[in-house]
Amino acid sequence: MSSHAKAAKKFIADRERTAWHDQALYFVREKRDRMAHGVPEWEALRKTASRMKKHTISNLAYYLEMFERNATANGAHVHWAKDAEEHNRIVYDIIQRHGGKHLIKSKSMLSEECGLTPYLEERGVEAVESDLGERIMQFMGTPPSHIVLPAIHVKREEVGKVFEKELHTEPGNSDPTYLTHAARKALRQNFLNADIAMTGVNFAVASSGAFVVCTNEGNADMGTSFPKVHIAIMGMEKVVPDYDALALYVRLLARSATGQPSTTYTSHYKKPVEGQEMHIVIVDNGRSDILGNPDHVNMLKCLRCGSCINTCPVYRRTGGYSYSYFIPGPIGINLGMLRSPEKYSGNVSACTLCHSCSNVCPAKIDLAEQIYKWRQQLDPLHLASSEKKFIVKGLKLVMEHPAMFYSAIKAGRLAEKMPRFVLYNSLDAWGIGRELPDFAPETFNEMWKKGEVK
Amino acid sequence: MKVGLFIPCYINAVYPQVGVASYKLLTSLGVDVDYPLNQTCCGQPMANGGFEKDATRLAEQMEDLFKRYDYVVGPSASCVVFVKEHYPTLLRKEEHACLSNRIYEICEFLHDVLKVNKLDAYFPHKVSVHNSCHGLRLLHLGSPSELVEPRRSTLKDLLSLVEGIEVFEPKRVDECCGFGGLFSIEEAATSVCMGQDKVRDHISTGAEYITGADSSCLMHMEGIIRREKLPIRTKHIVEILASQKV
Repeated sequence: MSSHAKAAKKFIADRERTAWHDQALYFVREKRDRMAHGVPEWEALRKTASRMKKHTISNLAYYLEMFERNATANGAHVHWAKDAEEHNRIVYDIIQRHGGKHLIKSKSMLSEECGLTPYLEERGVEAVESDLGERIMQFMGTPPSHIVLPAIHVKREEVGKVFEKELHTEPGNSDPTYLTHAARKALRQNFLNADIAMTGVNFAVASSGAFVVCTNEGNADMGTSFPKVHIAIMGMEKVVPDYDALALYVRLLARSATGQPSTTYTSHYKKPVEGQEMHIVIVDNGRSDILGNPDHVNMLKCLRCGSCINTCPVYRRTGGYSYSYFIPGPIGINLGMLRSPEKYSGNVSACTLCHSCSNVCPAKIDLAEQIYKWRQQLDPLHLASSEKKFIVKGLKLVMEHPAMFYSAIKAGRLAEKMPRFVLYNSLDAWGIGRELPDFAPETFNEMWKKGEVK
Repeated sequence: MKVGLFIPCYINAVYPQVGVASYKLLTSLGVDVDYPLNQTCCGQPMANGGFEKDATRLAEQMEDLFKRYDYVVGPSASCVVFVKEHYPTLLRKEEHACLSNRIYEICEFLHDVLKVNKLDAYFPHKVSVHNSCHGLRLLHLGSPSELVEPRRSTLKDLLSLVEGIEVFEPKRVDECCGFGGLFSIEEAATSVCMGQDKVRDHISTGAEYITGADSSCLMHMEGIIRREKLPIRTKHIVEILASQKV
């Protein structure tokens, strides 16, 4: 059984929770649908976004250097990191130079990718997440289960319990407004105490050297308002040519992600405030390799909206933690394989090839098609499941020989069960919730031969 | 016009009545139908499971079996679209040079090629339409709920020609049923969970039958219905389109 199948089985054992999780995420998918259907030119926008991304990643060096030039002229410091380790070191060096002890962070998947928070904590720097969902996860000591909705798998009663312990809220009170106020009050202290601010980057505009951070809580703005140093970290695919491109992506991002016309805050950062320092760290960490991989280069078009995750019927029923990579769903299956097939091939089974992901993706990434391609790679990489291989080889043998196929059916009919090649282990798996189909008394082939098809 | 009837492996073995209905329906519309003997499998299960190369010989066999027909028509959207999309790669041929160019799912064939607008069919029952993923998102038998495009449905158009029928759709109109070929075995827990949810959604429409253009999805849901003794049945759309007053 694949690592995903194992974890999924465990998650699904709690059917009530599975149904709740599925509905919560389907609700987001439906909001996305309503928003998309409210924009008549939606499909044209997706097509343009996809082509614009293709253009940008095809000229990545050009746009990144343009961005660097303009950002530097604006007074920001631009750093380049080839991998996670270098990224962490650059960030830590900046913090150290300013004697920083308290980092206030807005949500960034890149920092998860690089393992920044544990890296800093080992070195005595406290990193506080200021996004509410991320803060809940930090209290719980677990990673986000979703890239946009980090705590979507947690029920409010559970949040109440955690806050009782961490923030001394009233026992038993799980009123969302009450809990949000409590978090806000506590975070206020963190905002005031912070000496370094960190944000991710949704879009870096090459033509101006500015970058854009989208949040719903205003926590990025709050976080960057007090400290003297702002460090923004970005994957190098985040660069967009200009404001026309930005306008296009901004129209698509929040509609796709959460079904909002736009995020509550779309914050533009162009130059450091007087007396403040602004640092931008541009990270490769494997992205150049993706650029050279024609089957999967489209992954660099990703806006990280999470819509493919929300629509994925497998993800909705199995939860973010059933995937071994830190990003779940179709995007995570693919990015995990690009990171390390050896480590993350256990997620490739988590797909029925329903293709809903490819249909919702605002950049028209061929997510399902790429999962199909990864499956073809498993055997050459010696990562295919031996059970599946056994079934397929048996199937191939029988199907290539019609006489064998039809006698297998006869044998199966007599034994009133599936032929041996299907029987091997897999019968149990089919039988966990389903009856096996009965063979017909005669195949269509036999009927035709006997002239019974009229 | 000579049509070669493509009968996928599990229809041959488990649902031959779907093949019979396909034959009847096509001949009743004046089509010259032939069934090339000894068909087995198109190779989709191997390919979707990650062993595409193991489908090459099956593709060659299919190509050979159907080379003398103007059209190839099959009652399974998923198998048809596999042939259509993957055979050119498997056979290393241009699309127009192989079967892919001449193969149609039967509803697609009735609707788009024959342009049927009248049927002598009678089915006085409530049915819930199963919009299968491959039928909808790969073969474009209708507009998927995710896409912003004019709503259309080949299946519903055809069912509207049936006398006495009442047609419904589940609330999640095109959510996957969880079959997914080898997925149903490799990820059995998730597959069953999705299937149960889907069957319940179909039941909530008040329909007596779930119908669709993919026997594989129907087989998966039928397995769940029979295990849980649920009050609904499955029927391939072709059987309904070929149903007549007795």
